[in-house]
Amino acid sequence: MIRLRPLGSDAGLSGWLFLLPAGVPFAVFVLWPLFHGLAISFFDVRLSEMEFIGLANYRRLITDESFHYAVWNTCCFVVLVVPTVWLFSLGVAAIVFPLGRVAHSFFRFAFYVPVIAGSVCLAMVWLWIFDDQYGLLNYICGDLLGVEVDWLGRTDTALPSLAVVVISWSLGQPIIIFLAALGGIPTQLHEAAAIDGAGPLRRFWYVTLPLLRPASLFVLVTQTLGVFQVFVVVLLLTVNGGPAHATRTVVYGMYETAFTPPYDFDYAAAQGTLLLVILSMVAIMQFRLLGRQSGWK
Amino acid sequence: MNTRWTAWLAWILLGIAALAALAPLYWMISGSFKLQEDAMQMPPEWFPQHPTLQNYTKLFASGSLWSGRRPALRWLVNSLLVAISVSFSAVATSALAGYALAKKRFRGRLVVFWAVVATMMLPRQVSLMPLYLLIVRLGWVDSYAALIAPYLCFPFGIFLVRQFMEQMPDEMIAAARIDGAGEWRIFWYIVLPMARPALGAVAIFSFMGAWNEYLWQLIVTNRPEMFTLPVGVSKLVSTLTSFDLGLAMAGATVAFLPMLAVFVMFQRYFVKGISVGALKG
Repeated sequence: MIRLRPLGSDAGLSGWLFLLPAGVPFAVFVLWPLFHGLAISFFDVRLSEMEFIGLANYRRLITDESFHYAVWNTCCFVVLVVPTVWLFSLGVAAIVFPLGRVAHSFFRFAFYVPVIAGSVCLAMVWLWIFDDQYGLLNYICGDLLGVEVDWLGRTDTALPSLAVVVISWSLGQPIIIFLAALGGIPTQLHEAAAIDGAGPLRRFWYVTLPLLRPASLFVLVTQTLGVFQVFVVVLLLTVNGGPAHATRTVVYGMYETAFTPPYDFDYAAAQGTLLLVILSMVAIMQFRLLGRQSGWK
Repeated sequence: MNTRWTAWLAWILLGIAALAALAPLYWMISGSFKLQEDAMQMPPEWFPQHPTLQNYTKLFASGSLWSGRRPALRWLVNSLLVAISVSFSAVATSALAGYALAKKRFRGRLVVFWAVVATMMLPRQVSLMPLYLLIVRLGWVDSYAALIAPYLCFPFGIFLVRQFMEQMPDEMIAAARIDGAGEWRIFWYIVLPMARPALGAVAIFSFMGAWNEYLWQLIVTNRPEMFTLPVGVSKLVSTLTSFDLGLAMAGATVAFLPMLAVFVMFQRYFVKGISVGALKG
């Protein structure tokens, strides 16, 4: 017997049933902490009791000097890392693209392997490379330039050194994205421009670059969101975000506030909430820009 | 300009850049075969002159393998267990939820989708404290539950699967329904096989995310037996000024190689997942 039902008659119920296995952990471990974090930032949380303190945690952020350093340094990371990653990955993709499939997979692989290795492994190696006595970098610099630098120990070199590490493991994904985006550009456009007399550089500037805008925006914003989370390099390569707060970042400050004495959870939650607000603004910006560009629904 | 000449130049330039990107990993792996005095030698040994497995035996064979101060084998098992569980559940929950969001019409669908997209963009760190308090209240500190549960649902995975399934023809599902297939049969026999590339990408990204996760695993584990590889390896360095270079590099190499193997085996899923997430959008 054939049972004929109107299509999608029970879609409402079955839709929610299909959502359930993801929905329960999503509600408990993603949504609830977001709102609870906002809530506890208005309280003084101690072991036994909680006391409502209103905006005191946020007022404290305004006057907290180490938090100012954290915000400033995080912005420095964004300014150093994001444009560099964009430029470098775009350049690599543009140079690799005409070389053919073998080159694509080879260089995709080479630049993605540091992403695979993960931040902890790489942080351990860089700790050695940056070492002022036994490090590779100082050996090379001492040999070539005759100067040896305590890379992680000076306030002016520590943050750029960490930025180099972050850049080194951020290139893999943008290169893959740009290569895929370049593959999506119809060749006729370039041929037409060439017939009109445009050289390779002009073709890149006036044809390729505008067509890569959606991919570029995606890369810029995901990188910004990623760099706002800089933490592992600070924890593993520096002493408490030092020297003299030169490398302390927002997420590191949050970690330190909550997990070293005096374990100030509510204050850390306030920092987390502020980070949430900043990142939401970045994400909304992405949607406004990308939504128009590439028809996100 | 001669095109063959420029192609050669491109290869050379890119080769140098790629070497620079891979150099730290070479230094890590070659360093893991060096004794401390060789590692600290100046000028540095570009290739280990007296290659030794001593660092690995020290890492794995000192004291007990399973408990004690430095149970490296246990860290490896913990990392594998966590990454495999996370990856498995991420695939399952993403497939189900992605299907509902792509092919089911129900009230509140758009709200759910926007909630997924919004949380996908936001790093977990913003709700680190409340999540930690929740784990403490549940009594899950130093347990596998604490390491796995927050990652049971993977918003990026839901998004990826939803975008992929959106492009599947509705006619296949309608035809199966006319033939009398129930909801579950349609999902299992029609939808899932077609979604395999997206599910592969979800499996890979969730596995890599769990394998390379650090901050969360650091704060919810206190006992060395519950450490994962990144946490354990990072604690091999006790002070910045003096540490056992070879041992640290051996630990980092042990943390790196399994992930490299997974990457080499499933490379096409990585490429597909990254470009689908960014471009198809």
